[in-house]
Amino acid sequence: MKHTVSVLVENKPGALARVSTMFARRGFNIESLSVGPTERNDVSRITLRVDCERHSIEQIEKQMHKLVNVLRVSELEPGEAIERELALIKVHAPADKRHELVALGEVFHARVADLGADAMIFEVVGSPEELDSFEELVRPYGVKEMARTGRIGLGRTSATAPTPRKHHV
Amino acid sequence: MSGSKKMVGADAVLRSLEAEGVETVFGIPGGAILPIYDAMARGTTVRHVLARHEQGGGHMAQGFARASGKVGVAFATSGPGATNLVTPIADAWMDSTPLVCITGQVRSNLIGTDAFQECDITGVTMPIVKHSWLVQDVEELPSIMKAAFHIASTGRCGPVLVDIPRDIQEAAINFKYPDSVDLPGWKPPTKGHPRQIKEAATRIAAAEKVVLYVGGGTLNGDAVQEIKELAELWRIPVVTTLMGKGAFPETHELFMGWPGMHGPKWSNYAVNKSELLVAVGARFDDRVTGKLSAFAPGADIIHLDIDSAEISKLRHADVPVVGPLKQILHDITGELRKLQSAGATSRTEPWLRQIREWRDEFPLRYTKASGGDFMKPQTVLEALQAQTGDRDDVIFTTGVGQHQMWAMQYLLCNQPRSFITSGGLGTMGFGIPAAVGAKAARPDATVVCVDGDGCFQMTCQELATASLEKLPIVVVLVNNGYLGMVHQWQNLFFEERRSQVHLTHQVPDYQMLAEAYGAAGFTVTNEDELDAALGEALTCGRTAVIDCRVDPAEGVYPMIPAGAAAIDMLEYQDPQGALA
Repeated sequence: MKHTVSVLVENKPGALARVSTMFARRGFNIESLSVGPTERNDVSRITLRVDCERHSIEQIEKQMHKLVNVLRVSELEPGEAIERELALIKVHAPADKRHELVALGEVFHARVADLGADAMIFEVVGSPEELDSFEELVRPYGVKEMARTGRIGLGRTSATAPTPRKHHV
Repeated sequence: MSGSKKMVGADAVLRSLEAEGVETVFGIPGGAILPIYDAMARGTTVRHVLARHEQGGGHMAQGFARASGKVGVAFATSGPGATNLVTPIADAWMDSTPLVCITGQVRSNLIGTDAFQECDITGVTMPIVKHSWLVQDVEELPSIMKAAFHIASTGRCGPVLVDIPRDIQEAAINFKYPDSVDLPGWKPPTKGHPRQIKEAATRIAAAEKVVLYVGGGTLNGDAVQEIKELAELWRIPVVTTLMGKGAFPETHELFMGWPGMHGPKWSNYAVNKSELLVAVGARFDDRVTGKLSAFAPGADIIHLDIDSAEISKLRHADVPVVGPLKQILHDITGELRKLQSAGATSRTEPWLRQIREWRDEFPLRYTKASGGDFMKPQTVLEALQAQTGDRDDVIFTTGVGQHQMWAMQYLLCNQPRSFITSGGLGTMGFGIPAAVGAKAARPDATVVCVDGDGCFQMTCQELATASLEKLPIVVVLVNNGYLGMVHQWQNLFFEERRSQVHLTHQVPDYQMLAEAYGAAGFTVTNEDELDAALGEALTCGRTAVIDCRVDPAEGVYPMIPAGAAAIDMLEYQDPQGALA
């Protein structure tokens, strides 16, 4: 079972290292991790995709809560949150395949960010699942390189703001 | 700034310690922490105890903290000084000991250049501290010091580290110690949930086979009186973990021993055949549970803890209550009183009778020595118990291994904070420096380190500290000439193939070594000499080492083999003839 966890941390030296070290030492599996600024310049957001096969999501969240720099931990529930990811995909594209690839890209709203003699770079934004699909479709043409940002997310405006799980039962 | 004083960062460190009420720190100077030691020489109310190794200084600070309930403070220089503190930090992390470690660091402009004695100690210690700081601006120093003491001692206690580059120690600052901390991400629970407390009380009230499983959190949470009131009100049997030893009087009629790998069979029976197990500041450690799925299989669990991450970490809690144990236990007892007024009564008498029957059926036992070259280790501990049992001013520390387990089994501790041992990390060599630290915290007490010969040789240099700092301790050395616990495991689980465990009884000559360190030395090979030597060592007012030569063939029993069900204990095995 995989979960997306959104973590607000103080923008202090070592905050990211403390979160990732804790994951490593407790044997929690991280599938993706992305970190960046928020609306507050003293706070950063870490979005983690975690695999909870061996550990419960509650245990992972509670261990994160114990870190002094961690301000809030909330789970982004599927359906209740918007999740997006950006991918750059360099695809083998000889002249006779370009039109085909561009047409394919249009279906996914993928932009051609760079075009060379025998390759092109697609820039595609979407849900991580959409990116997976697009990657699969262009793979037969020959993916030379790929970079993905890992997912970020926010709770939907219609949903109540994601509330931190109550631990102090 | 009003009320501020001009000084340098090094002075600010000492003024911060004074403001925190710190009386004693433990450490060793070195290049990167010279300005702090210079500030010390210029004057402070803080006593510095000069250790002989930073690991010793760290364990002393732990011993101080564990004996006093205050925060322990250790100083070390950068690089190797700091890395020598790693073991005490890891130990304090595992055993939830409040510890502030202050390390010197190379100058800020040298950080990252592989400078002489540079080590990224905040990086090295990251998985084993509650929090740490590399101070980058002298103006932050007072608030960091305040936060360090606050974090170490609130919520679940533990170690923190403040790494201070040398130029920060030398930088000018208008010092003012803050009145409060600004830590938006550190909010330990302040109160247990009333509904959960009521539910816990209701379940306890109705239970017939209930056991209080009391861990070290009870001592850290200052909840010793509250656990006693709860146990006595509802007549609940109590077992304590190694870390909780002393949290409940061990001569009390409701005290039922210690659960786990080397606990008595009757204690393990009580826990494992219970129907309601109330864990109080305990964490279902594998040395207590044995095979987790077979641990107390018929019991519902009430888990009281300050750390929500311990709830259902290893064993599902049917009724979790997170918060300060003192308040939670007080409130549970209050709820039980209400239930009592409404007609409820304790139903535990048949269960208490059953546990006492098990106690009579399965006592701790061993075969006494009949002449020969050696004493029995258990006899040494029994003699120590006989000479100290009627006193309430004796603190025991131990190393790790067989002697530690015999100390647990044969020394009965009625006072909180009177048994100081390395439980979670299992740090050999913990005993002597922890004893020195405990003595600094409690000069009125007699501090006895029960040590093994393997442990002794890991930290015996701190006997110099004990002698010269006038912190006399008594070391009862359970000398079996072996790395005894490893030896026992090789005998039991590796077909008696003994690999690298023989230390010998004679080298070093412990009596001469003690005397070389300015301590009194005794060698005892015969049980007839034991009482006199113990009596003299305990009353001589000096540091003393009693080398007790004991039978290397003796094992610690009963024993739950690692990973086995707690109910499947190995019984005492008479070693006669097992080792020539």
